[in-house]
Amino acid sequence: MKIIPASDSSLLVVFGDTISPAVHKSVIALFHALQSRPDPRIRNLHPGYASLLIDFDPLKLTHEQLSSVVQRLALASESVFDASAHVVNIPVCYEIEFGPDLMDVALHAGLSLDEVVRQHCSPTYLVYFLGFSPGFVYLGGLPEVLHMPRLPTPRTSVFGGSVGIAGSQTGIYPVDSAGGWRLIGRTPVRMFDPDATPPTRLQLGDRITFSPIDRATFEDLQRSPEARLR
Amino acid sequence: MTIRVAKPGLFTTVQDLGRYGYAHLGISPAGAADPLSFRIANLLVGNGENAPALEMTMLGASLEFEESAVVAITGASCECKLDSASLPTNVACYLPAGAILQCESTTSGARSYLAVQGGFDIPLVMGSASTFVPGRFGGLKGRRLQKDDMLQLRNHGSFRARALRPGSLDRLLDPRPLRVTKGSQHDWFAPEIFEKLFSTVYMVSEQSDRTGLRLKGEVLRPREHSELLTDGIPLGAIQVPQDGQPIILFVDQQTTGGYPKIANVIAADLHRVGQLKPRDEVRLVEASIAEAIQALGEQERWLRTIFVS
Repeated sequence: MKIIPASDSSLLVVFGDTISPAVHKSVIALFHALQSRPDPRIRNLHPGYASLLIDFDPLKLTHEQLSSVVQRLALASESVFDASAHVVNIPVCYEIEFGPDLMDVALHAGLSLDEVVRQHCSPTYLVYFLGFSPGFVYLGGLPEVLHMPRLPTPRTSVFGGSVGIAGSQTGIYPVDSAGGWRLIGRTPVRMFDPDATPPTRLQLGDRITFSPIDRATFEDLQRSPEARLR
Repeated sequence: MTIRVAKPGLFTTVQDLGRYGYAHLGISPAGAADPLSFRIANLLVGNGENAPALEMTMLGASLEFEESAVVAITGASCECKLDSASLPTNVACYLPAGAILQCESTTSGARSYLAVQGGFDIPLVMGSASTFVPGRFGGLKGRRLQKDDMLQLRNHGSFRARALRPGSLDRLLDPRPLRVTKGSQHDWFAPEIFEKLFSTVYMVSEQSDRTGLRLKGEVLRPREHSELLTDGIPLGAIQVPQDGQPIILFVDQQTTGGYPKIANVIAADLHRVGQLKPRDEVRLVEASIAEAIQALGEQERWLRTIFVS
């Protein structure tokens, strides 16, 4: 573990330089340890693949004080962290209308459309962290056959709920936005609602699975209370 | 008490001092881009420092006050008119019922703040009234103000307007370079790259907003080409994307990113970043973490001395 002052108001705690569930376990353990002892001097926690950025008020807490808190917690928390994360199922309609890049992904992978869907739905993915934009999840575990570079030119508008692939990553656009990921489907369930508590469907450390649904189920689900976050 | 937006200006939003505690869900703080001017506006009218107020960018708004109100305008200098008379800035002003307040273009700086005694009555989203336009939430309907929007004020209590000591805001016109500390990936950059960073006069590009300020000038390249594992971004981080042109990540920034961060603007100078506009020149100078924290402490003490008691 390395502790680096990232700015006059933050510390970056680095646990490793690889994307792996083992390194991530340390990130999540420290994150939960800090979350479970609210301290008004700590303003924000930014987990990453292998690090945790801690933003704090430097007039109330010094880098040295926080650094020693982190060292103590990192030692204590690893053993007590409960790894039994909950598994969330995300229904996805894999149709060309919702996934305009589905055909390209299939060609690139040398698979049939059905086989792309089967591959995408086979793993249990780990939510490494949320970042970039509200409710955006960074997932690990995409089967290698589906890895594909992002679009050369990003789309100016992507519907919220769109499921995409970028390199070795797969993810869900929580809200309408611009984006360069290869779109393969869309989920009818809302991923982000600023007025809900919590505002995101998925949390850091969750495990998720995708399951295919047809168009009629997509529309039914879209109208059902389950699709909402509140 | 209602205020009607007669003209919205270029980019006017409701802000407070930001939304903290949600970065792990991908939610950036938003909040006033120049928090110092924002706080001074609120303190002038007797509000709490965090009361929701308006941030106006480059071209101010015109507002019609249904009832009498006490207001203060701070930040970038801009000509303000009450009907046809000119209205002073950096001072609490009484507006009679039916008054139309017109804020014109800024003459120096990018953002002006308008605080109204009582504060705007804005529902809090995740504990804050700040508008986060990229996520479309907070403030008034998650967007910038539009013509004919109606803003409500919180109930008048007993507020005491305050006055500034003459000349006390002179220090905000600080022409010195922005002070920066070393960034999370500073060791990716060779010493001569830092020399470039500190000797170049950068120019703020047109593609700059509350998300980040793109700087144009000497190209910076990291030593190695390994890919960075996406990590957290502190406020004011200076990241170096593939084209080598640095970007100062700002209040509406993304919470995590995959480009190396060479440096970080010190907290005490972030208010000056909020006043930079396209084509402004920017110079950077290195500060230690200890110097940065000392500067922040001094700034807080200074803020307590500028008002006439």
